[in-house]
Amino acid sequence: MVSNTYIPLVVLFVAALGFGLAPLGLAWLWARFFSPRKPNAIKNAIYECGLVSKGDAWVQFRSAYYLYAIIFLIFDVEAVFLLPFAVAFTGLSMAACLAMLVFVLLLVEGLAWAWAKGVLTWA
Amino acid sequence: MAVDENLKIEMGKQGVFVTTLQELYNWGRRSSVWPMNFGLACCAIEMIATTMARYDLARFGAEVFRPSPRQADLMIISGTVTKKMAPQVVRLYNQMGEPRYVIAMGACAISGGPFKQGYNVLKGIDRYIPVDVHIPGCPPRPEALLDAFITLQKKIDAQSLTGENRPRHLNPEGQGEFPVPEQGEHDLEPPSNTLVWPAPMVIR
Repeated sequence: MVSNTYIPLVVLFVAALGFGLAPLGLAWLWARFFSPRKPNAIKNAIYECGLVSKGDAWVQFRSAYYLYAIIFLIFDVEAVFLLPFAVAFTGLSMAACLAMLVFVLLLVEGLAWAWAKGVLTWA
Repeated sequence: MAVDENLKIEMGKQGVFVTTLQELYNWGRRSSVWPMNFGLACCAIEMIATTMARYDLARFGAEVFRPSPRQADLMIISGTVTKKMAPQVVRLYNQMGEPRYVIAMGACAISGGPFKQGYNVLKGIDRYIPVDVHIPGCPPRPEALLDAFITLQKKIDAQSLTGENRPRHLNPEGQGEFPVPEQGEHDLEPPSNTLVWPAPMVIR
């Protein structure tokens, strides 16, 4: 007989699998034979907070909304930079002021471009 | 077949313990009742207190409050059921898996309580769903809720798996759907579920 050192592992694995699956199987069998299913329309409803669901859950969002999200994100990040800029404004050097101005103007240019492209008009 | 109680004690003294499938089944069910995470009014505060450290409902195996009716088997009607809320309560009860139990907690859940004369208050949740345990009080103290819970456990323990008096979930003919009332012009339609709550006859 060929003896493999991994056989105990296989045996343990099967035992562990059985240990987990046997109670599940027993519970399933019990439910199958002793506790009859009682489905009905109210019980099978999808929503679980007591109200009747309205419409379909598979709602499609317009892809145009994606551009709004991107533009919002840019100006949201800009606000984070503007706040420390405003706080430190009196102590700033000319070069730092110019750098900040360029940064803001770049974003304004982006907004102007999006506006010109008609992105802000909801079609 | 249940073993004679005295024989069981005698055998227990000798180190032989016997049980029945029914006892095991009921023991398992009563020891892990999962209430629904669902509060209606001020009684809910007492219910919350019951689950906390001082009163500790976990001692009786019911600490797992589930926020979904699919995973709960006990509904504690903790407070005033308004007519606006009653359809939702009945629908949630319908969505719970069998076996399911109901504790009507406090005067309002039993009969409308101090708000009984109110035009918008349901005069007792037992008009629409079968209630297992009623607790009086306004609100009942946590001890009262614990007592109701122990009463429910005793009720579960006494249920038989077979025979005429077996619970609804074990009976293939037992229906599990309780009609959800709708808002009518003046009252809920229907005003009560006559199968659950036969309207009292007024004899003059």
